[in-house]
Amino acid sequence: MKTFPVGGVHPSDNKQWSNAKAIEVLELPDVVNIPLGQHIGAPATAKVAKGDKVLTGQLIAEATGFMSANIHSPISGTVTAVDMQPNGQGLRQMMITIKREGDEWMPEIDRSKDIKRECELDSQAIISKIKDAGIVGMGGATFPTHVKLSIPNGCKAEYLIINGVECEPYLTSDHRNMLERGEELLIGVEILKKALNVEHAVVGVENNKPDAIENLNKIIASGKFDIKVEPLKVQYPQGGEKQLIAAVTGREVPPPPGLPIHVGAVVCNASTALAVYEAVQKNKPLIERVVTITGKDLQSPRNLLTRMGTPISKLIEMAGGLPEGDVKVVNGGPMMGRAMVNLDSAVTKGCSGVTVYAGVDAHRVSPSPCIKCAKCVAACPMSLEPYLISKLAKKQMWERLEQENIVDCIECGCCQFTCPAGLPLLDYVRYGKQTVMGIIRSRAAAAAKK
Amino acid sequence: MANNFIVAPSPHMHSVESTRSLMRDVLIALIPALVVSTVVYGLDVLKVTAIAVASCVLIEYLIQKYLIKGPSTIGNLSAVITGVLLAFNLPANIPWWIIVVGALVAIGVGKMTFGGLGRNPFNPALVGRVFLLIAYPVQMTSFPQPTMSKFVDTFSGATPLAAIKAGGDVASVDLMSMFGGVMAGSLGEIAAAALIVGGGYMLWRKVITWHIPVAVLGTMALFAFVVAIFEGGNPALLYELPAFHLLAGGAMLGAIFMATDYVSSPMTPKGMLIYGVGIGAITMIIRLWGAYPEGMSFAILIMNAVTPLINKYVKPRRFGVMSK
Repeated sequence: MKTFPVGGVHPSDNKQWSNAKAIEVLELPDVVNIPLGQHIGAPATAKVAKGDKVLTGQLIAEATGFMSANIHSPISGTVTAVDMQPNGQGLRQMMITIKREGDEWMPEIDRSKDIKRECELDSQAIISKIKDAGIVGMGGATFPTHVKLSIPNGCKAEYLIINGVECEPYLTSDHRNMLERGEELLIGVEILKKALNVEHAVVGVENNKPDAIENLNKIIASGKFDIKVEPLKVQYPQGGEKQLIAAVTGREVPPPPGLPIHVGAVVCNASTALAVYEAVQKNKPLIERVVTITGKDLQSPRNLLTRMGTPISKLIEMAGGLPEGDVKVVNGGPMMGRAMVNLDSAVTKGCSGVTVYAGVDAHRVSPSPCIKCAKCVAACPMSLEPYLISKLAKKQMWERLEQENIVDCIECGCCQFTCPAGLPLLDYVRYGKQTVMGIIRSRAAAAAKK
Repeated sequence: MANNFIVAPSPHMHSVESTRSLMRDVLIALIPALVVSTVVYGLDVLKVTAIAVASCVLIEYLIQKYLIKGPSTIGNLSAVITGVLLAFNLPANIPWWIIVVGALVAIGVGKMTFGGLGRNPFNPALVGRVFLLIAYPVQMTSFPQPTMSKFVDTFSGATPLAAIKAGGDVASVDLMSMFGGVMAGSLGEIAAAALIVGGGYMLWRKVITWHIPVAVLGTMALFAFVVAIFEGGNPALLYELPAFHLLAGGAMLGAIFMATDYVSSPMTPKGMLIYGVGIGAITMIIRLWGAYPEGMSFAILIMNAVTPLINKYVKPRRFGVMSK
């Protein structure tokens, strides 16, 4: 079975809490807070003001330039504020607040359940529809999809890789989508193929989801889709973009600023493919997504089809509330998700799950001295030496860090996960990486000035 | 809601392994060799091991408490391993006070001087052993007879390596007995089979990787094979000499348990191979042409000194840069 070339760890996947729970529709929130920056790139520009009436699916904030994304109203009602509010991490961010009045949709959105296979649009028209719908990578990276689909001059896409790996422990939203909405998802893949004009489309799925693999293969056979499903070894971070490309094609993306397209690959998340189907065939912008609310100490973990802007606390309520005492509420999965302090913050486009830890699991293990066991070196999927770059970052040795290729780090957390001494390796590596990237940027800016 | 929200950067999950659990696995892996040695040499083995472990742990505790003035570190079990490995490098009939001196040098000089676990450039147990070998050469090289030995006539107190050094013939050695552990030697080094079982356990538990043991033993076997070719004559020597060198002396103990010491060995797989080849080659050079019959301890200590250099120059291949 295929896998990526170096490193990786095997955290217990903990999918059993929610992987058998069918997607349920979460009741509509009374008030939503929509952050204008839900994607990589410039935050969107608000198109509504306090007092405006909006419909479900109406454009409320427009992409600011190419590297940005549109945002649509997830409910119908009245805009009550456009101002700075705290996000999940407690940082203040520009947000649009809408008070719900019913649920009246924009008339052009096709809300029927009929599956529409044929797509007459050409590549340009498809990409522009995806851009209009505000679609971004839904696996968590939130890279605007229309940017990904616009192939730079001199490059050619050979492989479209759909990321159905879901290698983050606990999360099951992509899994449920592949299982319950496989046909629409695969039509989305066909549309993406057409947009990119590629021959090969491969859906990579980690082998701990045999039912999803079987379901997709069945639909491909009966619907005569020209798409291949590739079962991949269960190993974190199989769903890392560079790791997935290497696993599927055997090609390694060159170091930064190298991009997947430089080896002819474009990677999209599985749920993103479904959103593409809805946008292109049903005129439905990205206003809802499946969110896994999970954790071994929750009463009822589940998969909820959630409107964007719904407060996280509402999902937790649906799962039976937080356990008493020490908790850590993580936006995303345990390996790369971000711990939250503000549970009133909103579900956004990149929120594939909310993982709750309680008791001792909420705390880090206590650190002890490095014993040079080399497990971090063996675990690093980018062939770095985490023990070394972590130490160099602590000592603020930026030149050495650049030589040690710290910018290659994908922050997957394998090193810190595996460290028997419980050292906060990634904390220091992140600090070092951010500083070194800043130095590289200012050096480039200085060179450009000359 | 009475909740205390914990916030920290990712990852939010940690593997079940800890320094203590790894050390515990090493100790488990040492049990088969201890059992075989006890069968071969009797209860003296347990006495020597107990004294070595107790002194190592006590010395680390005292130094940490009164000299370094830090929190106790004996809970990570590394001092226990140093104790067991030191004992494994001693004859079973060694006087108790020599063991204590060895523990003092191993833990005091070899480890705590540098700041304790993780900072020692040399394998502490070997620092202790080599000190004793130089300070008390008579006691360190007079080995008791295996109590269950049927080979009393073959080796009267000398190890197979010493016998060969003194002009003995490899063809007269019973390789199967050596494999099983019935030979004269330090108490932990004699049982090749048991040490291999322990090594297999550590590989299975992912405590160590294959690189260092395979590089050390492979180099030794290849070295002996080439020497056998040059000696010419008896064709049986082509396999007997490599097998003899792998089974004799501290080859197995060194390759599996001493050279793989985390702190003093390199960090990258490529570096580990270079390190292992160095140990194998130096061991064979000392065994064949040096003053001592056995060179494993010296070889490991020499390569320990080279480890920082290996770490500096041997880097993993950068992801995305294909070698031409």
